[in-house]
Amino acid sequence: MNTKDCNVTWQEEVRRVAYGIRRRVLEHTIKNGGGYLSQACSSAEIMATLYTKVMNLGKLDSPLIPGQFPGVPGPNNPNYTSGAIYNGPNGPEYDRFFLSPSQYALVVYAALIEVGRMAENGLDHFNKDGSIVEMIGAEHSPGMEVMTGSLGQGISQAAGIAMARKLKGETGRVVLFLSDGECQSGQFWEAVQAISYHKLDNILAYVDINGYQCDGKMTSVMNIEPFDKRLEAFGARVYRIDGHNIEAIAALGSLKPDGRPTFILCDTNPCKGIEILEKRIPKLHYIRFANTDEKKQFEDALKVLESQGGY
Amino acid sequence: MEILSKVHAKNLVAWAKDKPNVFVLSADLTSSTEIDLFRDTYPERFISMGIAEQNMLSFAGGLAREGFIPFVHTFAVFIYRRAFDQIAMSVSYPNLPVKMFGFLPGVTTPGGATHQAIEDIAVMRALPNMTILECGDATDVESVLDVAYEVNGPVYIRMIRGEIPRLFASSDVMRLGKIRTISHGKDFVLLSTGICTEEAMRAVKVLESHGVSIHHMHVTTLKPFNAQEVLDSIASSKYGVITMENHSIIGGLGSIIAESMAEAGLGKKLYRIGLRDTYLHGASRQYLMREYGIDAMALISQIESIVGEKFGIDETELPKIHITPVHSDSKAEAL
Repeated sequence: MNTKDCNVTWQEEVRRVAYGIRRRVLEHTIKNGGGYLSQACSSAEIMATLYTKVMNLGKLDSPLIPGQFPGVPGPNNPNYTSGAIYNGPNGPEYDRFFLSPSQYALVVYAALIEVGRMAENGLDHFNKDGSIVEMIGAEHSPGMEVMTGSLGQGISQAAGIAMARKLKGETGRVVLFLSDGECQSGQFWEAVQAISYHKLDNILAYVDINGYQCDGKMTSVMNIEPFDKRLEAFGARVYRIDGHNIEAIAALGSLKPDGRPTFILCDTNPCKGIEILEKRIPKLHYIRFANTDEKKQFEDALKVLESQGGY
Repeated sequence: MEILSKVHAKNLVAWAKDKPNVFVLSADLTSSTEIDLFRDTYPERFISMGIAEQNMLSFAGGLAREGFIPFVHTFAVFIYRRAFDQIAMSVSYPNLPVKMFGFLPGVTTPGGATHQAIEDIAVMRALPNMTILECGDATDVESVLDVAYEVNGPVYIRMIRGEIPRLFASSDVMRLGKIRTISHGKDFVLLSTGICTEEAMRAVKVLESHGVSIHHMHVTTLKPFNAQEVLDSIASSKYGVITMENHSIIGGLGSIIAESMAEAGLGKKLYRIGLRDTYLHGASRQYLMREYGIDAMALISQIESIVGEKFGIDETELPKIHITPVHSDSKAEAL
């Protein structure tokens, strides 16, 4: 599944990866009796397009095999390893990826497997004691390099890194993946204000607007709309697209900087590709099976997904 | 006693001259935290972050990850109270070299409860990887930069500003984990931090003339705390140890000594002079120190009650303390 055929178009490759993300996350959710499934459905195309088409990441010789937890960072821990190694070697010309809602870690892990950056059995380590493939990813987890489980902090840390990269004359961008729920936090708006004021136009932010958060539908919890207008008022360059349209996601990933941070708001469907999830609306944040019958329904959904070939 | 004005302002500029990786971050308190001269001298290394401290601390973490050394400046309360989660996860967990300069500790401001940092040491001390330093005089303020800079990780600094005394010779600098002994004595061990050291020195002189011998030490590194030297002195003291701090007695110097003594199984009495689990209110430093019992006279009455004797010391017998006017050229505002 990970082998790349030279004759496939980039669109076919993105669709293959997006399908693989959904399939792997669904399979994992069934196996574990629960998981962050709707996040995979809403963001599969965004994540797949970022990893295969938008981001300029350094290559890896072979997929990495997740090791044991190396201990927390500190002055006396020389063994500490960042999860960023899964995104390739660091270099001034390379883009850097930041997952802001680390609740999406499972989606990133699946994406890393699909693009050949993490070994196929990497997900077997998910949420296992002593593993770095943690449920809520931390900076040692594959594909991650900052602490973002406390929502709202990802964008500020990315902004500091973006300013530092500018100061050092690095050409690589800071590519930030956000979700809509975390944009309710005050710190998010503080960060947008600062990014805009300091003209950090090397930040490219994709926001998965799936419209749901832990408590349910976002408009029933706390409204952020008109989100595009609010961001524009804060000085950002804003585009709003269908978050499953890979052509649009890719096209906006190669814009020339113009002094403003770029926000690409991706309206998405949290049940996309696994329609059985619609029955659970508005409780989509974390999928857990109440009984064996429910589990069976999702097993059937996996068979359907696989029989369709996915893409 | 020599009184100096705006020590940090001038010192930071001279010190940072050959340190291009040091950037100063400000949250709209540039003059108030004495970084206006830095801003004017090195505008390319000054980052204005506005009144948005949560973003500022996470942003500083980002800069530090890329090899810069952010010197975050604002009032202490807006660091540890406003942005605690950000410090914990964006700075402290990754052990990043972000240096946080927290101004207006305890009674040093008439700005009232919103501006007075009374539990910052307690709160910051609980964070793994965090180093905590406190300044008590001009020499501390001048030398704290080297100490903070050399620590491989985040540092929280309790800063003082405006007109401040020089209690220690310029050459007798702050060192990490090093406690400076001010006087030797056998009756009491007296440990003081920050502005309480000056108050303690005033009282110790007079107490000695009444036959009380005091082993007085000035503590500047609150974490990691080097207990051994202190424990040896306490063990050989007649009455035990007194801690004196411009901070709550919960979680600060008093607690640190209590923990150290208990772990060492040292059976001596501990007396904690500090804010007794209370908020303050907006008033002058002299008034607050008297009202909340953390001044020289409070120390004298504590010792009187321990030894069971009244010395009849009148405040006029104490060495004079320099009182900074509410409005002066040494401060940007009356705060």
